[in-house]
Amino acid sequence: MDILPILTTLRRHKITAFLVILEIALTCAIICNAVFLISQRIERIHMPSGVAEHELIQIELASIGAKADEFARAQEDLAAIRQIPGVTQVASVAQVPFGSSSNNAGIRIDPNQPKSMIDASTYYGENLIETYGARLIAGRNLRADDYRSMDAVMEGVRSGDTKLFPATAIITQSMAKRLWPDQDALGKSIYIGKIPLQVVGILENLVRPSIEDDSTANYSAVIPIKLAQGQYVIRTAPGDRERVLKIALEKLKQNNPHRIVVQKRTWDEIRGNFFQNDRSMTGLLIGVCVALLLVTALGIVGLGSFWVAQRRRMIGVRRALGATRHDILHYFQTENFLLATIGIALGMVLAYGINLFLMTKYELPRLPATYFPIGAIALWIIGQLAVLGPAMRASMVPPVVATRSV
Amino acid sequence: MFGYYLDLALRSLKRHRMLTGLMVLAIALGIGASMTMLTVLHVLSGDPIPGRSAQLYYPQLDPQDLKGMTSSKEPPDQVTLIDGQNLLRAKRADRQALMTGGSVPLMPEQSMLDPFYVEARYTSADFFPMFEAPFLYGTGWTAADDDAHARDVVIARSLNDKLFQGANSVGRSVRLAGVSWRIVGVLDKWQPNPHFYDLNTGSFAYAEQVFLPLQTMLELRLDRNGSSDCWGNSGGGAAGILPMDGCVWLQFWVELDTPAKAAAYKDFLLRYSQDQKTAGRFQRAPNVRLRNVMQWLDYNMVVPDDVRLQTGLAFGFLLVCLVNTVGLMLAKFMRRAGELGVRRALGASRRALFAQLLMEAGVVGLVGGVGGLLLAMFGLWLVRQRPSDYAALAHLDPAMLYATFVLSLCATLLAGLLPAWRACQIAPALQLKSN
Repeated sequence: MDILPILTTLRRHKITAFLVILEIALTCAIICNAVFLISQRIERIHMPSGVAEHELIQIELASIGAKADEFARAQEDLAAIRQIPGVTQVASVAQVPFGSSSNNAGIRIDPNQPKSMIDASTYYGENLIETYGARLIAGRNLRADDYRSMDAVMEGVRSGDTKLFPATAIITQSMAKRLWPDQDALGKSIYIGKIPLQVVGILENLVRPSIEDDSTANYSAVIPIKLAQGQYVIRTAPGDRERVLKIALEKLKQNNPHRIVVQKRTWDEIRGNFFQNDRSMTGLLIGVCVALLLVTALGIVGLGSFWVAQRRRMIGVRRALGATRHDILHYFQTENFLLATIGIALGMVLAYGINLFLMTKYELPRLPATYFPIGAIALWIIGQLAVLGPAMRASMVPPVVATRSV
Repeated sequence: MFGYYLDLALRSLKRHRMLTGLMVLAIALGIGASMTMLTVLHVLSGDPIPGRSAQLYYPQLDPQDLKGMTSSKEPPDQVTLIDGQNLLRAKRADRQALMTGGSVPLMPEQSMLDPFYVEARYTSADFFPMFEAPFLYGTGWTAADDDAHARDVVIARSLNDKLFQGANSVGRSVRLAGVSWRIVGVLDKWQPNPHFYDLNTGSFAYAEQVFLPLQTMLELRLDRNGSSDCWGNSGGGAAGILPMDGCVWLQFWVELDTPAKAAAYKDFLLRYSQDQKTAGRFQRAPNVRLRNVMQWLDYNMVVPDDVRLQTGLAFGFLLVCLVNTVGLMLAKFMRRAGELGVRRALGASRRALFAQLLMEAGVVGLVGGVGGLLLAMFGLWLVRQRPSDYAALAHLDPAMLYATFVLSLCATLLAGLLPAWRACQIAPALQLKSN
């Protein structure tokens, strides 16, 4: 197909051609960025947790009135839960991954550092690593003699007696890499305030309960402190979760009826809750992309029809001079392809500009070059589909039109 | 003339149903999307306490040690108990209130109700007049009650409905955290959005059900929620242990009726910080802030980033829709070149043609506005189905309803300018000849 005659014709319809190009450019720019945002959100939704995702249940209870001998009562609860058929592990914990409520501490690798290097989430509780199913990739697990009770730790905080604090910790791989980029973290000490904790093991991953910055999402430390806050995590086979949850609630109610169930859910629900905003944003972005493509397509159909009507005589003359229907069809398709290509080229520049703006305003990463072809292909396809109708109508124009005066 | 142009516009629009439909659809989609997001933004960035937000200030001090927890130059977002009590007792503002949040178990006397947790605000007497909390029955407690560690409670209307079926419960008692409290007041429906006086609870759609004197809470060591930031070796804040002296965990608000008083109060804060430093309690140079409600909300960026992004996206979408409309309108006007040529030849001025074409654009804008309004209502319904805490607040108010039509009309008239101008450039003779 010869492009020059198309360009000559377009030059006589500068404004209309410019509008089509502008619309395609804007749509292309927005689509590129929106698809990038969508992929970012999807990646976030699938953030790895490091735990046995489909095997966990969380139960959180709050006792009313006098609290006495909580630790012994928690042992009764744990024993009762352990007896339920199908329960493989159970732990009394203070926080769950993606559970939102969290304990965090500033971490130093030298007590004399003026500022803490990172902020990490601190997991407490006996049998926690086994229950969560976090994978130990180096060192050893926590042992019974590593553990101190929460009461002892609080007493230590009050009296300043450092012997009451635990002396070991297990940290995640990404936290270890951040603290000691080129060295083995095993055997080194982290400091919370002035309290030293020797790193005895490294976990492959254990995500934090609440995430402020995705790049620090896996900065977690497991510290050997026993506690009894009425929050239990149970591990069981995926198919047993509903049944185990029901029985566990009954047993806990038997143990102590004066408690309120604050939380009872599977870990899949926890994850679902945690990312619900990202999911709804993804849906919204997809909706906008579809609407944009639709509007652009309708615009092309409208303008295409107008052009075809305006050029009926020209088409008739061309047909009379020997052009086939195919040639006419191709003419309009090529014209649209040309306009789309110019629009896409312009759209890429615009997409880059929007991305730069978003980077400064919302701390988004740079738009990878791989996203540009997505916008381009989407608009080429939409353009071709939209112009097909008007182009078909144009190819139906009979040659005899050339001889008519209107 | 207006009526005649309107008639012409309607006739012309009817003649090209498909093009007209496409234009109206494009405008409606663009307006619907942008008005949905604009309404959400409008609701979220609204003034939670209109008329008083300029007189309510949130003082910030910097009591941290030199090591510090952050490199930020801003002082912490909350105050320590010592500073809070000092400022509260200094009474240098017209009114002042120190507060924090928590949740306490409630044991109903009615045996058919199970015990449940209620959201609590621990505060001081000025809280109610300062924030103009509306009372249905009774009043708040007094400063003397604060000092006496009175076991007084103000409950919310929803709780009063639940426990006392809406009857006047002033003087009756309620068991909270294992202790009996005397009800002194019942608040009418009250839910400032955003929850400006304590943003730790989540900014939107949060309301306390009981209000208890802070001094009594300190005595009884009731559980508290919310953030506490500590430095040095300070800690605590869990399970009946209050956060220690090196922790900020309370919010302190003051009412200052004139700008002069605000300036004087800021001087007072600086002097206070200097005195504390001289006494050895503060280590850093005096670093204070005194923000009013809107400045405080702005500083905390309570409008979620996602909402700003969505608003930007919606306007990008509106822009595409408008470009689309310009194109379609141009096509439509140029198609009628013949008719316009005849009108010109018969003596119509360019200005008259221009007015006539803009009238046509205006009609499209109005119809598009109606469509946009319906779509915006649908869009807001969709927003309300979303899980965000602000979702329930997304409703169209009269101001936004009006804005929808203004935006739609302005946008379409703007979109009509270029095509109308272009169509008016037609040389009448040429058009007549080709016909």
